[in-house]
Amino acid sequence: MIKVALAGLFGRKLRTALTAFAIVLGVAMVSGTLVLTGSIDNAFNFIFTSVRQGSDAVVTGKAAVKVSDGQGSFAPTVPESLLDQVRGLSSVTQAEGSVDGTATLIDRKGKAIVLGGAPNLGFSIAEGESPFNPLTLVSGDWPQDGQVVIDHSTANRKHYKVGDQIGVQAEGAVQQFMVSGIVKFGSAASLGGATLAGFDVPTAQRLFQKKGRFDEIAIAKKPGVQEADLLKQVREVLPATAQVRTGEAQAQEDQKDTDQFISFLRDFLLAFGGIALFVGSFVIANSLSITIAQRTRELATMRTLGASRRQVLTSIVVEALVMGVLASVTGLFLGLGLAKLLFRLFDAVGFTLPNSGIIFSASAVIISLVAGIVVTLLASLRPAIRATRVPPIAAVREGAVLPEGRFARFRFPAAIVMTALGFGALAYGLFVPHLGTKQVLLWMGLGTLLVFFGVAILSVRTVGPFAASLARPLRWLLTGAWLGFLFLTPLGWLYQLYYRLRYHEWPTYIDRTAAAALARDNARRNPQRTASTAAALMIGLALVTLVAVLAAGITSSFRGAVEKIWQDADYAITAQNNFSPIPPSAADAVAKSPDVEAVGNVRTGNAAAYGKTFFATAVNPPASTMFNLDWTLGSPQTIATLGDDGAFVDKDYAKSHKLAEGSPIALTFANGVRKQFKLEGIFDPPTGGSPFGRVTISQAAWDANNANPQNLYSFVRMKGGQTDANRAELEKILSGFPNSKVATRQEFVDNQISGLNSVLNVLYVLLALSVIVSLFGIVNTLVLTVFERTREIGMMRAIGMTRRQVRRMIRHESVITAAIGGILGIALGIVLGGLLVARVDFIVFTVPVFSLIVFAIMTVVVGLLAAIFPARRAARLNVLEALQYE
Amino acid sequence: MSANGAVVVANELTRRYGEGEAAVDALRGVSLAVQPGELVAVMGPSGSGKSTLMHLLAALDKPTTGTVTIAGQDVGSLSDSDVTKLRRRNIGFVFQFFNLLPMLTAEENIKLPLSIAGEKPEHEFFEGLIDRVGLQDRLHHRPSELSGGQQQRVAIARALVSRPTVVFADEPTGNLDSQTGGEILQLLRSSAEELGQTMVMVTHDAQAATIANRVLFLADGRIVEELPRSAAPDILAAMARVSA
Repeated sequence: MIKVALAGLFGRKLRTALTAFAIVLGVAMVSGTLVLTGSIDNAFNFIFTSVRQGSDAVVTGKAAVKVSDGQGSFAPTVPESLLDQVRGLSSVTQAEGSVDGTATLIDRKGKAIVLGGAPNLGFSIAEGESPFNPLTLVSGDWPQDGQVVIDHSTANRKHYKVGDQIGVQAEGAVQQFMVSGIVKFGSAASLGGATLAGFDVPTAQRLFQKKGRFDEIAIAKKPGVQEADLLKQVREVLPATAQVRTGEAQAQEDQKDTDQFISFLRDFLLAFGGIALFVGSFVIANSLSITIAQRTRELATMRTLGASRRQVLTSIVVEALVMGVLASVTGLFLGLGLAKLLFRLFDAVGFTLPNSGIIFSASAVIISLVAGIVVTLLASLRPAIRATRVPPIAAVREGAVLPEGRFARFRFPAAIVMTALGFGALAYGLFVPHLGTKQVLLWMGLGTLLVFFGVAILSVRTVGPFAASLARPLRWLLTGAWLGFLFLTPLGWLYQLYYRLRYHEWPTYIDRTAAAALARDNARRNPQRTASTAAALMIGLALVTLVAVLAAGITSSFRGAVEKIWQDADYAITAQNNFSPIPPSAADAVAKSPDVEAVGNVRTGNAAAYGKTFFATAVNPPASTMFNLDWTLGSPQTIATLGDDGAFVDKDYAKSHKLAEGSPIALTFANGVRKQFKLEGIFDPPTGGSPFGRVTISQAAWDANNANPQNLYSFVRMKGGQTDANRAELEKILSGFPNSKVATRQEFVDNQISGLNSVLNVLYVLLALSVIVSLFGIVNTLVLTVFERTREIGMMRAIGMTRRQVRRMIRHESVITAAIGGILGIALGIVLGGLLVARVDFIVFTVPVFSLIVFAIMTVVVGLLAAIFPARRAARLNVLEALQYE
Repeated sequence: MSANGAVVVANELTRRYGEGEAAVDALRGVSLAVQPGELVAVMGPSGSGKSTLMHLLAALDKPTTGTVTIAGQDVGSLSDSDVTKLRRRNIGFVFQFFNLLPMLTAEENIKLPLSIAGEKPEHEFFEGLIDRVGLQDRLHHRPSELSGGQQQRVAIARALVSRPTVVFADEPTGNLDSQTGGEILQLLRSSAEELGQTMVMVTHDAQAATIANRVLFLADGRIVEELPRSAAPDILAAMARVSA
């Protein structure tokens, strides 16, 4: 029996390949993701362990609240004097202090050298050849006072060599340094797009405004000393705000943020692999169902020869298993290529990742194979069970139909219940308070899955009406597009000319034949098949639409919020990338200009209260005139009068902590200081979101407790308002701060939204994968259908149907199928998006009309593409052979 | 075996399709017994119920009333898996449209019933069978590479390979030209005689019925006439009588 199954599989190579392809892409995505994240993880691992290779122990400042990279807060520093104390310890041979921070390199044109979202690392190098230094010189020397060493990939890219001048911007304005040396990090590992700038210690301390302080002290122990003893000795001399870890532990600590990012990236990408596999399972199930229906007589013959139901089941499952294995292995290797492609994709959207070679781990292999095989097997179960119901008598009866199963009549009620349960699970996940993020995602995932299944089954009922009502408009649409092509594009003119010369007549402009009507009837005659094929596309489109609805909601809410809040300011100053906090020196420089009336700053960073770390913000008095908020306690004036211990919060925060006028809020800052603030204002943020963190205090109070305060953004009011001269003036001042830029209100909104758009594009690209899978589903169904209707098509050709008409017929059927999937998907996507929007307070429901029109057109295009190959096959059928029996 | 030694026994078979007003009685009480080694032909005009009778005798379908006994087993009382076993051990089929599996070679098709049952063919018997059907040089061809006659030979070998109690042949010449049909009939007859293979053949071709030991004539769901081995003209005459 297994031999029969295999012979069947290889006897139908094309069909097998087309069916298997549905799984190949999903597996490729899974394996590609695992390879990609494994490789990134490995690269980071390498980087972080190399950095700490020579350190037996590392002393760092102890942050009182959790501080994350690049979000405005830093761990406190340790005093320089600690270094001598550490050096004096009996178990220490060598120790060095260092400082670090963000140092943006500025090229000859005054532009910041920034590659995607990669960091611009600045640090001190105490002594070139020390064991603590992971860098090696490629050329030149280690830096002296006023010099810098830069990494060789930046040097190569921007053509810098030893002795050249390069700009550096750290906390203050740009300064010029001489490149004393070109360095590289460890062996060949690429640091992604990160740039390196190394200085001698005093220069670095000055640049990062950490005079007399160190961020870290790296320690090497004397031979024979136990690590534990070393740590113990060091701990005795440490102040309360510092801590010591082994080199390894510190490497792990350094890596924490990155690890989180990588596992997020992995889960995120795997989710799309999962979606593609899910869609693939629909395609597989559908293709197998069709093949089984076509093999009814074969299966029945086997039954008459004594094959048991179990043997029939086994043969189908084995077929699926082999297909699953083949597809998964193919997908696995395709995933390797995909990983490389993803590296490029991330590069292209400005998100360069470090890379030290592709890692193909055993777990990546196993997970990909298991996922692909299990999904294929699961998808084959229903068709296989149906196959066991083929009665032996079908061997002698023409056109025998499969009997319905015992539970067939419960199908629709079950589908309705399933859909209802799905929406229930969604609602539960979204609207029941106090669920963890994981639970919310789980419920939503489960709900969406059920809804998709339910609607897929229910959609059988929509095939008839849809096919009937869509056939005509689609025909006109396609005719219109065809005429448009022929008459409006040069290619169309050429085609007409070619046709005229070749066939001595003009091409048919409006085809009044029955092809479209036949296509409609064909789509309707096996509604189950059409519905299943459309369902695969429906899933992809529902998700694409969901994303578009969310994005439109976020965009329009955000725009509305900014338009409401932004008041009486002419320009905003933000980071080049629109979101990173920047040193306040830029805003301070702007404030000095005589043309500037006022600069309102919003500082940002981590702080903690009520046991939770969050983003806090701080404002200066001029900001009071620039924000238009609805105050439920206090007034705009509150911003100006916060003083040393005033604070304001948003309405939600006040409610959840039961805060009222004068309530005390104990804030803990990153440096460990705990300070009592008094509530003076509560505002009701607009739908698009709050411009502030959870708790906002005065800039003065913030700066007193944060060594290197950072601005999230600053707003500038100028004499004469928005004028070209004013703008030029600001840009001139900011040319000393290339990591910052100036924006009008409109530009500010657009900049923020453009970030969202790149995220959106990544999502679309990833979801396109499942749309491609469903496209193959349509191809597959059509190929199988054409095969099934060989005699019928032969008959129609025999009575005068032209090849073109055959192609038209297949194409129309394809477009009708795709359109059904598209309409259901878009409708479902809007509903799902609406549900999500209803949950999230800061988004208003917006229908992205333009995107939806694009999706609808895409759907038709998918239908047209899917039809190309099957239509050609159908048109090429040899009339005589097609009419012969068997 | 039933008391009188018959391998296939039908007792008062009726088969009704549909319900109520639209109900059609395809069989209205048919009883018969096929003795071991017998070749029985069932004839009748279209709609006489001959196909229905064969479906019931071969356990492909269940009678509305009445019983079918094959090799001593009452088919109506068997579960699906028991019927499957019955098919493996006791029943062989020859179809009008051959019903070969297109992806298997001739040899694989012939051996299929055995491999389904998890058995190996006896070498000598298999070789003899191949000689008998004359397919020595066609064994590795697929059905699409064989002529209709050759395909039916493969099908006959497949029906005989497991040495079933009874072979049912459903219009075995219905899809062949008369000369090839004649060759196939000779093959069936010699197999029945030389191997002692019991066969039941449904046909509307008088020429085909001439190879039978006994010809049963059906009309309107009843056996209306029976002939011993007869020549074609006699059979045609009988057909004319029952069709009238």
